[in-house]
Amino acid sequence: MNQNQKETLLSVSCLTVHFYTDRGVVKALDRAELNVSRGEVVGLIGESGCGKTTLARSVLRVLPPGGRIIDGTVLFTGKDLLKVKENDLNTSVRGKAITLIPQDPFNSFNPVFPVGTQIKDIMKWKGNAQDGKEIREKRILEMLEQVQIPSPRDQLKKYPHQFSGGQRQRFMIAMALLPGPSLVIADEPTTALDVTVEAQILQLMASLVLGRGISVLFITHDLGVASQICERVVVMYAGQDMEDAPADSLFSNPRHPYTRELLESLPNPEGSIKDIPGEVPSLVRPPEGCRFHPRCSQATDHCSRQRPEKAAVAADHWVRCFHPVG
Amino acid sequence: MKAVDGVSFQVLRGETFGLVGESGCGKSTLGKTILGIYRPTEGSVTFKGREIAHLAKKEAKKIRKDIQYVYQDPGISLDPYWKIKRILSEPLVIHTSLSRKAIEKRIHKMLDEVGLSQEHLSLYPHEFSGGQQRRLGLARILCLNPRLVILDEPTSGLDVSVQATILKLFIELKRQFDLTYIFISHNLSVVRMMCQRVAVMYAGKIVEMGETHGVFSDPIHPYTKVLLAAIPVIGKKHGREKDLSLSGEPPNPENFPSGCRFWPRCGYKKGVCESVEPDLRAGVHGRWVACHLVNQ
Repeated sequence: MNQNQKETLLSVSCLTVHFYTDRGVVKALDRAELNVSRGEVVGLIGESGCGKTTLARSVLRVLPPGGRIIDGTVLFTGKDLLKVKENDLNTSVRGKAITLIPQDPFNSFNPVFPVGTQIKDIMKWKGNAQDGKEIREKRILEMLEQVQIPSPRDQLKKYPHQFSGGQRQRFMIAMALLPGPSLVIADEPTTALDVTVEAQILQLMASLVLGRGISVLFITHDLGVASQICERVVVMYAGQDMEDAPADSLFSNPRHPYTRELLESLPNPEGSIKDIPGEVPSLVRPPEGCRFHPRCSQATDHCSRQRPEKAAVAADHWVRCFHPVG
Repeated sequence: MKAVDGVSFQVLRGETFGLVGESGCGKSTLGKTILGIYRPTEGSVTFKGREIAHLAKKEAKKIRKDIQYVYQDPGISLDPYWKIKRILSEPLVIHTSLSRKAIEKRIHKMLDEVGLSQEHLSLYPHEFSGGQQRRLGLARILCLNPRLVILDEPTSGLDVSVQATILKLFIELKRQFDLTYIFISHNLSVVRMMCQRVAVMYAGKIVEMGETHGVFSDPIHPYTKVLLAAIPVIGKKHGREKDLSLSGEPPNPENFPSGCRFWPRCGYKKGVCESVEPDLRAGVHGRWVACHLVNQ
């Protein structure tokens, strides 16, 4: 099924975000564009400073101090979230229609309350208003079983420090799914976990969302992880979106020079290492036009003057590039 | 609490020896013990034919020059209040009797070797990126002409492209300065590429050890198999079925299981595994494995 046939759930366009810091104005996002269809798992990948977390936070309008959304639209089920009243965002969007699985499960729980208290609290605020206490508890226990927490009733009485990283992340997943969201934003959900635990969590997440109509925006810097769970991948660099394609196509046949070089710089068993010449640019004085042009082997003069439009290089495979490769 | 328990291995001159494992496996503790930060409770560390784990302070200082340690967090070895020039010169002042001019010459050369320049000497650590800080950490230890460099998670937290650059640098420096590396990392893809031999650790013990290519293409120990299968690789999807050997988590060092420490998660366990710890034994093609299943 290609994107045309699926209903679009989230549509970010022309999103521009600046951060006002004492180093200057950081142009963190430049007219970024992203689409997520209903029931689709979309990976947002890129290296530090590419803007993936900023984009995700902008969708929920939870940017840190100093961050300002300068321009753009964030259409979610037809409404522009950037224009919705703060109060409405809180009652129906944040933690409800759109939930978040944070990167660091260690700091997401309050250490002095049992996990049960915190989960029940969330359901009181973000669950179904009509549900009574018993129904809420029943839903919580059912969800905990789904995320494979054994003997959930006993676990709810325990404190966060009594759980391992993997277990805490299972709680996080449960809390993200309990309110019945249409979109889950997972921000580096397995980065802090050991590799065998990461594999379990990825399997779990896949089984809980695929085929159930829940969309996921999966943010990660790990290309291997993205290839495990994402149906579609968007590659970002220095605040701009560069490539947007089905995961299989992107990884087997990348069309943007940056994506190709990124894949080539992954460690490979043969031992040949290819790095990308140059460094990620400062976003206080970012390059004009395509922000990758100073490091790009395909770049021409044109690339330094104009940002490329998003264009299709194959069915459902999009790049922003005047000289796509492959 | 035994962080590292009965570990024995050799590192050959000129090789890159990998130490891999997940949280709590003891690889960092092992690295620091070799360096001398931790005194081993039992056992010995032999360097260039000489026992070094129980030396007196004065003797230890002489050895310290030959074995250097690159921290996971580059910020640790870079004093935030000192300019780079002082950070790089300090080890030379302490360990050598070189003149000030000679020291300056050496640090200029080292900066150049790691791809930085003279103008960086007057800056402070916080003015550098993560990748640059690692280069500075390297320059600092290379000034002392070490023989053995212990790299503790040298690429963790680095972007893929920056990681590639740093790894290239490690390889070049090894060649240039005839170094031997102990490469501690949880990143298996990097270890596979960089190390000639590797030891897999689990819960304080080495469970498998041998030539990297062999260990990765044909793992013998059940934990090694699980570990390698878990690596998220482009083009290879994890199985969807609930895989018993992937359940559970690495044990807490305060609470290691009896017998073989992997038995609660092992799909192949037998009765003996729960009560008797298996020895690390050499087998076919120089592969060492600690497993009752293998050591019949």
